[in-house]
Amino acid sequence: MNLRRVVVTGLGVISPVGSSREAAWPAIREGRSGVGRITSFDTSAFDVHIAAEVRDFDPLAHFTKRELGRLDRFVQFAVATAQTAVAESGLDLDRVDHERVGVMLGTGIGGLHEIEEQHGRLLKSGPGRTSPLMIPKLMTNAAPGQVAMRMGLYGPSMSVSSACASASHAIGEAMSCVRHGRADVVISGGAEAAVTPMGLSGFQQSKALSTRNDDPQAASRPFDVNRDGFVMAEGAACLVLESLEHARARGAHILAELSGYGASTDAYHVTLPDPEGRGAVRAMRNALADAGLHPEDVDYINAHGTSTPAGDDVEAKAICALFGSHAYKLAVSSSKSVVGHLLGASGALESAICIWAMQDGVCPPTINLDDPDPECCGLNFVPKTPQERPLSVVLNNSFGFGGHNASLLFRKFDG
Amino acid sequence: MSESVKEKVVSLVAERMGVEPDQITSETHFVNDLQSDSLDMAELVIDLEEAFDLSISDEDAQAIETVGQAIAYIEKSQSSQ
Repeated sequence: MNLRRVVVTGLGVISPVGSSREAAWPAIREGRSGVGRITSFDTSAFDVHIAAEVRDFDPLAHFTKRELGRLDRFVQFAVATAQTAVAESGLDLDRVDHERVGVMLGTGIGGLHEIEEQHGRLLKSGPGRTSPLMIPKLMTNAAPGQVAMRMGLYGPSMSVSSACASASHAIGEAMSCVRHGRADVVISGGAEAAVTPMGLSGFQQSKALSTRNDDPQAASRPFDVNRDGFVMAEGAACLVLESLEHARARGAHILAELSGYGASTDAYHVTLPDPEGRGAVRAMRNALADAGLHPEDVDYINAHGTSTPAGDDVEAKAICALFGSHAYKLAVSSSKSVVGHLLGASGALESAICIWAMQDGVCPPTINLDDPDPECCGLNFVPKTPQERPLSVVLNNSFGFGGHNASLLFRKFDG
Repeated sequence: MSESVKEKVVSLVAERMGVEPDQITSETHFVNDLQSDSLDMAELVIDLEEAFDLSISDEDAQAIETVGQAIAYIEKSQSSQ
């Protein structure tokens, strides 16, 4: 069968540096960090006191009080960004075939706020006093389920969970769905809200987090020799993915083409990447092959680059291995230096960043890169300040605990 | 005593269903007036159990259709304790 081209026609974001393109993109482009002291709970008993929290989200601006009682924070983020993305796409839900519209969203953890609240109730008052809404609130698929229910969408919908690669896998699978004609439109992306006592404790105990508590905005420093872990963040992003013919038929403004998706698995270790970066190479190579492109075609890579000692050098080596001499011509940066690590939602926000970068012809910087790690191959990591250059082909990498890898390839849409 | 039970029940119902307390009377019907579904009712029963430290059986809970019936049920359970 003929594979259909897939384009992006709408974006919605909620991020630690703002919840609109107008707020978030300038901050990311100029490198204004969203990391700070955690304000949503008392961290005095923790080793880590910093995160990139979403501070400008008012749930009551989006939901009634009664609705909020049924929605975990990550689902609130998902619904709000899906609504923004649909609005930006200009898709008129009264005029589309609802059976041909789906929802595929990634989340790494699910409703951790709800899990903690109900576990507290279980311990305090016993099993007869936990909420009947607990399971439908905390399940990972609450996000796509609520989006579909609120918009009346009857096409394929599901959640995808592969830790920090969740949203990129969701977007890739959604793209396949549209390509193969199983839907005309899929709202895809990811949402995460795990900056909670249990979430912070868990990542702290696995020694994954930066403890640079005295200088929060310098804590996320991907590819720097003094990096000491990632910074937890929360937020969401949704993309409206659509077949090219469907977008054209309704005269939609096309933001970018999603033309490649590569997935692979390390099958090596639950938290550490394959030391040779073979899984990362396979994901990027698969994305290129899927798009029918060559390594030399890539202008910019939005790296997974979490700022962990174990991960960044392996990703850099994987880029060198796959791209050869071209690795030194393209630009690579990590937006996690600015927004922190949105875990299962990171691939969605970073997809939005890739598209904004192409639109403006600007590679956003890797901030805090004072002293590049010699193990990171001396690539152009766009240190500290943005770099203007025409961008036609960009790659977005996401790698998750468990050894799950996903690469997405976006192209400037040129008809 | 009964006034405080009433106030507390009204406040719990208002909080759970996202309405103002002054919109609620003894005659307010959970399904017809507040559009409660089974999950709302199950939550509300737990709210009442927590607030008044009592246990409401499923059968008893199903018989509660109005705010006034909920208040009466709680007052009866408290007087029989």
